Amino acid sequence: MTRPIRVLVAKPGLDGHDRGAKVIARALRDAGMEVIYTGLRQTPEQIVQSAIQEDVDVVALSILSGAHNHLLPKVVELLKNEKVYEEMLVIGGGVIPDEDIPGLKESGLAGIFTPGTPTQATIDFIKENLKREL
Amino acid sequence: MNLAEGLMNKDKRAAARLITLIESNDTEAINTLSRLYKHTGGAHVIGITGPPGAGKSTLTDKLAKELRQIGKTVGIIAVDPTSPFTGGSILGDRVRMADLYTDAGVFIRSMGTRGHLGGLSKATLGAVKILDIYGFDYIFIETVGVGQSEVDIVKAADTVIMIMVPGLGDDIQAIKAGIMEIGDLFAINKSDREGADRTKVEIEMMLDYNHSDWRPPVLQIVATENKGVKELLEKIQFHREYLQSSNRLIERRRKNSEIEIIDLVQDSLMKRVLQKDNRTEIEKMAKEVALRKLDPYTVSEDLINKIINY
Ligand code: B12
Ligand SMILES: Nc1nc2c(ncn2[C@@H]2O[C@H](COP(=O)(O)OP(=O)(O)OP(=O)(O)O)[C@@H](O)[C@H]2O)c(=O)[nH]1
Ligand SMILES: [Mg+2]
Repeated sequence: MTRPIRVLVAKPGLDGHDRGAKVIARALRDAGMEVIYTGLRQTPEQIVQSAIQEDVDVVALSILSGAHNHLLPKVVELLKNEKVYEEMLVIGGGVIPDEDIPGLKESGLAGIFTPGTPTQATIDFIKENLKREL
Repeated sequence: MNLAEGLMNKDKRAAARLITLIESNDTEAINTLSRLYKHTGGAHVIGITGPPGAGKSTLTDKLAKELRQIGKTVGIIAVDPTSPFTGGSILGDRVRMADLYTDAGVFIRSMGTRGHLGGLSKATLGAVKILDIYGFDYIFIETVGVGQSEVDIVKAADTVIMIMVPGLGDDIQAIKAGIMEIGDLFAINKSDREGADRTKVEIEMMLDYNHSDWRPPVLQIVATENKGVKELLEKIQFHREYLQSSNRLIERRRKNSEIEIIDLVQDSLMKRVLQKDNRTEIEKMAKEVALRKLDPYTVSEDLINKIINY
């Protein structure tokens, strides 16, 4: 029996821009996924503990504060320390300059989705890149 | 990772994975639970139910914090509805519990109903067992926001807290039919709002018709300000002691186990009924029934006999 894809949608850092996260959460829900929304202003530690307990397939991070180069790799690092990174696809989105994207991918983010990307692109990307079977 | 061993050693990843597997009806996970079942029963399982937005998650967060202060560990299962159209869901109860995410003595899991009616998901009972085996002292189950008939929580919990808000007025009338009966405790949350005293009187009046030897206490609470939470916790303990005196806990759990067994039998029979070869058989027979060559009573009776004798 197949199960729905479980996605944690989290907002690391201190900014309160949550529209994008909510748009993404709704789009993924409408695509049949189970979206766990954790709320604003999460530390990487909070995000990683939530990802573990919710046993998600995808960790989706939304960030518009400008602190992405620090916070997003930190989440990946903690997921690796907890030995769950091999099973979880980590993606990010928000206001992130193009020149920062290669570095973020290098650090372990599978994909970065900036303003203007259709949500369908994210949905397709998730379905094609899951790290474990449903 | 050996999941059973991991669970017994309080590995949260093992607990989390097992819940996922139980949600997918995985046979091996079911076998694991059946093997470890003897390790369940230690936790006090508390159901938190009430209308949408009443403050179930906020109050759960506050109760958990209070318990952590006295050194108790807490597992939380929060159920939200799954869309019947897309099969997707947004599970947002967690947002109110953010301070607990990194607490080593707390585990929070969100579940979608995945088509199950009654206020819980089909796998909720399994998830409770997993957290019970893990060894949490208290397990909270937050139901979906209930309206009329979502009373599954009684089958799952030792103590049910019914959360109300002031000014429901007519709603209490509407709700009381089936749902009011299941509350062991009543919490009028948002008592910072007008009408809390009247709501208390209304609930007390309804409880006057209750003839059991447990009179549910009715408390006024402001979860956001942590007002009345300690008192509620005392009443929860008090209910537990009441249950433990003269075997009531065993009796309650016996009743719940009876329902659980019947549910499992029903599920398993249904699964067999809908197996592929039976499906084809049913389709064939349906045509005969439509043509009035056979009648549906005989056909279904034959099918049941075939499955049971198989
Ligand atoms: C609306 C807005 C606000 C609103 C936010 C309301 C809310 N609740 O969200 C308000 C007015 C409150 C606000 C305040 C501030 N803002 Co402002 N705000 C914006 C603005 C104009 C639009 C953001 C938005 O909502 N877009 C609509 C949503 C749907 O798009 P989105 O978030 O980009 O999401 C899309 C994609 O990015 C992607 N996506 C996003 N997240 C994710 C996650 C995943 C996993 C995936 C796959 C995709 C994905 O998909 C989404 C849909 O396509 C942007 C400028 C801009 N053009 O982006 C500035 C902007 C984000 N704000 C900015 C700033 C500086 C601020 C303030 C600090 C201003 C101040 N000095 O007070 C405050 C901070 C407030 C706070 N508490 O944090 C800066 C950030 C600078 C930076 N990153 O370096 C921006 C970029 C403006 C700018 N050019 O300077 N802001
Ligand atoms: N005024 C007031 N607001 C409260 C109180 N408790 C909770 N709230 C608010 O009520 C809203 C809903 O609270 P939740 O805890 O999410 O309610 P819920 O019953 O879990 O909601 P669902 O799970 O969606 O059914 C939030 O905005 C809370 O801040 C209270 O005691 N007083
Ligand atoms: Mg809730």
